[in-house]
Parts: sequence; C-alpha cells; structure tokens
Amino acid sequence: MSYFLKRILYVIPVTLAVGLFCFSLVHLSPGDPMDAVVSADAPSEVVQMVQRAYGFDRPLPEQFGRWVLRAVQGDLGLSAANGRSVATEVFSALKNTLLLTVAASLIGFTLGCLFGTLAGYWQGSLLDRLVTGLAVGSVSIPHYWLGMLLVIVFSVELNWLPSSGAGPGSSGDWAFEWAYLRHLILPAITLSVIPMGLVTRTVRAVVAEVLANEFVEALRAKGLAGTRVFLHVVKNVAPTALAVMGLELGYLIGGSILVETVFSWPGTGLLLNNAIFQRDLPVLQGTILVLAIFFVMLNLIVDLLQAQLDPRIKRG
Amino acid sequence: MVYKNATQTWRRTGKAVALSIGLAALVVPAIAKAEQTLRIAMTASDIPLTTGQPDSGFEGYRFLGYTIYDALINWDLSSADEVSGLTPGLAESWEVDEENPREWTFVLREDVTFHDGSEWNADAAIWNLDKIYDEDSPQFDARQAGNVRGRIPTMDQYEKVDDHTILFTTSEPDAWFPYQLTFLLFSSPAQWEALDGDWDEFARQPSGTGPFKLTRLVPRERAELVPNADYWDEQRIPQVDRVVLIPMPESSSRTSALLSDQVDWIETPAADAIPRMESQGMTITSNPYPHTWPYQFSMLEGSPWRDINVRKAANLAVDREGLQALLGGMMAPAVGTVTPDHPWFGEPEFEIRYDPEEALRLLEESGYGPDNPVQARALISTSGSGQMQPLAMNEYIQQSLAEVGIELEFEVLDWESLFPNWRRGADHQTSRGAHSTNITFAWLDPFNGFYRFMHSSLAPPNGFNWGYVDDPEYDRLLDEARVTFDQEAQDAILAEFHAKMVDDAAWLWVAHDVGPRAMHPRVKGFVQSQNWFQDLTPVYIEE
Repeated sequence: MSYFLKRILYVIPVTLAVGLFCFSLVHLSPGDPMDAVVSADAPSEVVQMVQRAYGFDRPLPEQFGRWVLRAVQGDLGLSAANGRSVATEVFSALKNTLLLTVAASLIGFTLGCLFGTLAGYWQGSLLDRLVTGLAVGSVSIPHYWLGMLLVIVFSVELNWLPSSGAGPGSSGDWAFEWAYLRHLILPAITLSVIPMGLVTRTVRAVVAEVLANEFVEALRAKGLAGTRVFLHVVKNVAPTALAVMGLELGYLIGGSILVETVFSWPGTGLLLNNAIFQRDLPVLQGTILVLAIFFVMLNLIVDLLQAQLDPRIKRG
Repeated sequence: MVYKNATQTWRRTGKAVALSIGLAALVVPAIAKAEQTLRIAMTASDIPLTTGQPDSGFEGYRFLGYTIYDALINWDLSSADEVSGLTPGLAESWEVDEENPREWTFVLREDVTFHDGSEWNADAAIWNLDKIYDEDSPQFDARQAGNVRGRIPTMDQYEKVDDHTILFTTSEPDAWFPYQLTFLLFSSPAQWEALDGDWDEFARQPSGTGPFKLTRLVPRERAELVPNADYWDEQRIPQVDRVVLIPMPESSSRTSALLSDQVDWIETPAADAIPRMESQGMTITSNPYPHTWPYQFSMLEGSPWRDINVRKAANLAVDREGLQALLGGMMAPAVGTVTPDHPWFGEPEFEIRYDPEEALRLLEESGYGPDNPVQARALISTSGSGQMQPLAMNEYIQQSLAEVGIELEFEVLDWESLFPNWRRGADHQTSRGAHSTNITFAWLDPFNGFYRFMHSSLAPPNGFNWGYVDDPEYDRLLDEARVTFDQEAQDAILAEFHAKMVDDAAWLWVAHDVGPRAMHPRVKGFVQSQNWFQDLTPVYIEE
C-alpha cells in the first residue's frame, strides 16, 4: 500500500478515537448538562421532562451511539443552551476563526520566516541577538495580556481601531473592506505573536544547521551565486519549517480561545469558552470534534506535503 | 410641429423638475434626521432566547423579554423613586374569587394585535398556556416550559371563559399569583403557524405584542429591535429608531467598547473602571433594586450558624460602609433582605450595624474566643449573574469575620456549579460540607424573596431552603401571608415575618446591588427603575 493511501486510512481510526475521547471527556467532567437547559428554579418534573426531550435520560453508550450516527450525517445535535443546531453554530464560528487564523498566520509565519532566516544567516551578530530576544519575548507574552494592552493603546487611548467584534454589522456580512478589516487587525496581531516567535526560533536553528553542512560549502566552492545557495538552503529548511507551521496553524485554530474572548471575536474559541461556562455539552462535543478533525486533516496535509518535498520520509 | 414638440418637452421637463423638488422636499428632511441607534453591550454571552420565554436569567427578560413581548401583568418601570409595582399588561383587570380564592378571572385587553397583525384574545392566551403546560399540544416547547414553569409554582388549570376572559385555578390559595404571571410572556400563534410550527424559525422571526419588534438576530453577535409603532400603550412607543443588543460577557471588553465608542451603553461596568469612564464624560447610573447579597446559613447539625450569637456576631462584624468604599460606592449596605424603607422591612429589635466589640462579646458568651475561634466553611463563586464582585467581597468579609474570631474557609466554585447546588441543599455532596452559601437573588415578590428560602416545605429538592430552616413560626407567617389577599394586611404579616428574620439574624446580610450602568452622554431619557428590568422605550439619542 502506498505511503499516501496508508496515511489517509490512518485518519479514520484517529477520528473515531478523537470522537470517543471528546464525548467521554465532557461527560466525565463535573456539571450537569441540564443546568444549561433549565433554570435552577425549575421543579424536578420539569427537569425530567426536559431531560427526556433532549435525550439526556438515556444511558451514556446509547447517547454516544446516537451522537456518532448523527455526526457522520453532519448533524451534531442541538445546543443545550439555546436550542440551535450545533453544526450551524460551529461552522459559522469556524469560518470566523479561520479568517482570524489565516490573518494571524500570514503575519506570524511571514515575519517568523524572515526574522529566522536573517538570524540564521548572521548567527552571533547583533541582529541575531535582537531577533532571538524578540522571539523569546513573543513566545513568553501571554496572549490575553497583549490583547488587552493593544486595546488600551489603540482603541481606548488613540481611538484608531475597534476593540471588539468582527465588524460594524455581523460576521455574516464580512467583506474585504476597511470597515471590517480594521476589526481584524488587533486580534490578528495578538494571535500572531506566539507563532512568530516559534517559527523564528525554528527557522533560525535550521538555517544555521543547514549552513553548517558541507554541501553548502561545496556549492559555494563550485561558484554558485549567493541567491542560488540561498534557494538550496530554503529547500532544506522547508520540511521542518512546514511541519512547525502546520502544527502552529492547528494550535491557532484551536487555541485562540483567550484572544477571541478578549476581542469578542465570534469564532470557535469564544463558542468553546461560552459552552464551557454554560455546561453546553452538545456544543462542547461538536466544537471539539470539528476542531480535532480539522487538526487531523491539517496534519495529514502537512505530512503529505513533507513527503512530497522530502522523499526520504516516504521510505521511512 | 417642432414647436409643439419643444413645448411638450418643456412641459414634461417642468413637471419632472417640480416632481423632483416635491420629492426632495419630502425625502431630504427624512435623510437629515439621522437614524437614532442605541447600541447596548449586555453581560450575556449569547442572545437570549427570543421565542417568548427568555433564558439568560433576568437580563434575558430585560432585553429580549419585555421588549418584544408583554405579560398579562407588566412591571411599572416608570419611576426611579420607588420599588416598581405591577401594572395591567395584556390583561386590563383581574380579580380573585372571594368564595374560592383558588380561582382568578382575567379580563383581557381588547384591540391589541401581535406584530404580525393577528389578534390578541383568549384563544391566543390559551394557546400560549398550552405551549408551556400541555406536553401533547403541537406548540409545546420544552425549552420555554423549562424557563418559566418554575416561576409559577401554583399554576394548576386554565380555561377560556369568553373571547376576552380567561380563568386560572391555582393549586392552593395564592395571593402572590399576579407577581408570578409577570414572567409568562405571550407569542403569536399565527406567526408560529405561518412558520410551519418551527420554534427555531420563530426565534429568528418572533412576533409578540411588545413595544419593540425584532428585525435581525445573529446568534452570539447581535439582535436588532425597531419600534412597534402600533403598540397598544401609546405612552410607551419607543423613541429611538433602532436598538442593537450585543452580547459581551467580559467587563473589560464592555468598558473598552464604550470608551472607544463602539457601543452607547454597557451593563455592569467594572467598579475600578468607573472613575476612568467618568473622567471621559460617561454617565454612570445606579439605583438600589430588589437584590440581596447574603450568606444563607445551614441549620444542619454541625453548623456553627445554629447558634444565634454567632449569627448576630457575623452581622455585627462586617463593616458594610468599608465594603461600599471598596466597590467604588456601587452597593447599598444591607441590614435585612429588603431595604429599610420597604413595607416588608418591619420593626426588628436587632439593629444590624458595624460593632465588633459587641460581636466579640456575643461570641464570648457562646464560649468562643481567640483560642477557640468559630470554624465555618462557605460556598462562594468566582463570578455570576448578580454576584457583583464575589471574590473581592468575600475576602473582605473573611477578613472582617477573622477580626472577631470567626475563621471562614472558602469552597470556591464557578457560578454554573454553585447555582444548581442551591436546590440540592447543604447536605448534598456538591456542597462539600459548607455551612453557608453565597447566592444573590431577587425579592421582587414575597414568594421569591422569602417563601422559597424560609418555608420548611421548600427544603431541597423542593425549593431553595438550602440550609433546611424549619421554624413553625416562619411557616405560620408565610402561610398566612400567602392567603391574605388584602395588600395592606399582607404587608403587615410580611413585615412581622421579616422583623423576626432580622431578630433571629437568620442570614448574614451584606449588600444590595445598585445596578450600575455606564452610558455615553448622548444617551438621554433613561429612568433607572428600582427593578431588575428596565424600560428602553423613553430612551433617545441627543447628538
């Protein structure tokens, strides 16, 4: 069986395991899903009536079976907190998160690759020390703190950029216009800082390592121009950088919860945050499942791309 | 011929110009009057349910309940000077049968229409009651039923008498029934049928009889309301052209949104941000309302609060004025469940004040002292609806009590865990052996203010008598008040009950919230009533 087919087939058991894991996780955590549906004032007969209506009175294995059956048909159930379709909620939020993630990735990965390459080429120089300091600083700064700081400076003090939301209307109206783009700037910058630092550090280390290889000396000795040598270096750095960026992209999609909360950005992070505090199990399960599948698929794409760039991986 | 055509052309041109000028005369003033939009940042994390019976607690009722819908009996929110009373809503009048005090006759208001134009009448009322109480009716909605049934504990039967009269029968005589009906809101049967009986679709296109109509709903992002120009109460036709409601649970986000002019009004600003907002010209409004921030004690074996001296000492140990200063003035000291100017306060002999010496003496009398402090455990939350600033406030109380020899240990839960524990009781495993719980509540009516906490029949799982209070005198007074239909006589009984509660130091009373709101100075006309609910209809924008 070819490497590609094998790698694709692996996705099925991984996805099922992820599904079981996230179902168990939310059911094992403390809290009663009924708390999201009925108010604490509700008498016990009302609680039981709603329990029946939502299927929370069924045994857990049966609930899991029904959930998986519906999930494969694209139906993730109804939110316990607001009764809306979880699939609709998750996919509408995912669209917003992807928008934010792509913007943050563009900023973070571009600057990370640039700074990392510069620092790697001029290892030990003042520039290297500056870039390394910046990278360490950026991976150490808490997201939410930086977000609040940017809001204070650029929204409250200077009144240049909005502090919250995805646009003047709703995220469904999003358009590539300044009125909407200005809402994207602060959260995207905040979210880009950590991946920028990580990519910078990775690229710097790999560039330095590749430059220390004998083949680079050989290329130079053969009289290759600096730019041609640089292209060879980039080709050797690419698989590692790609792997890191792929992982970071996954983390950005799943890990923007704090940034989305600070900026009231209507993405999956804010959805998860609200679902956790409302004990909205169907939304929690659905969001985690969709994000996990996204992460699995992203890893698959990165693996396949890596194998394409570096044939040794296929043999391994 | 040419001349004739030219004449016709000139005439046509002249008419066109005249028409244009006429149209412009009509249109320009309309354009010149910019649309008045009021943007409000709510503390809720989502848009509350819009089908009729809102979720998200009283904030849901405030913004998406009483705006789109009416109850049979509404709250009169027109005054800032006194605690809000009841006023006729979709019912013009109501009365209890003197022979059979379980029966209530409601005469419905005529000439009221839903937003979709359909008629409000007894059939619409019964249809809505079936929506909540009849599980076999096609319009039954478990979610709406779950949100409201617990608020009307004595509802038993209902029937249509004629097109504009309905009859309710309660499970027992209940003088507080009218208060409970303020929570029952009425949706349009015609709209539900037009939407093929789909409540999800109805949530997006709701139709009630209220002063506002919902025109746009983007889940988790915004709800937009416009005035209902045909509202039956002409005094309450909204002044603004549009209200935009935005969920924003983080107080720092709400503050930033107001200061950066993204919204005009925020609910519950953080106390430490208020000076900053004031310095930028924002208006801070506040007014005490029926809200109490207490410690509800456990009376179970092993609880130190069973000793009245300990309870009194705790009430004397807390410097409420100091706490008020800590909160930037955004609280009123509580010396009982209700405020001293309320008819239910009564004339207690025990005066709740800051008197640590007396507290020490009382504790000494009960055998406590520096070498033998009172050991107590309290359930508290990190946040929550109406909880104000629970961590800072509880730490302050912990320190105050420690100074007189009451060592308080906290079991900190998130709000979503603490709130359901309320009905589970002090002996439930989720209470973790705590001797008190710290949950704020509304005392809009005697049932929700007193009965559910203090009547022995409402010990868990039946109600919120978390600490298993079992005092025949409390039961007697509450039972008597519940069947006393004369308001003054009922108030007198409740005053006696409340005075006894204070004399018993039944709880540790700390604060009443004052409902702080911050708004841009261009927002005018808002009257902050002494209520959890507020009226948006008189608000306007002055540029």
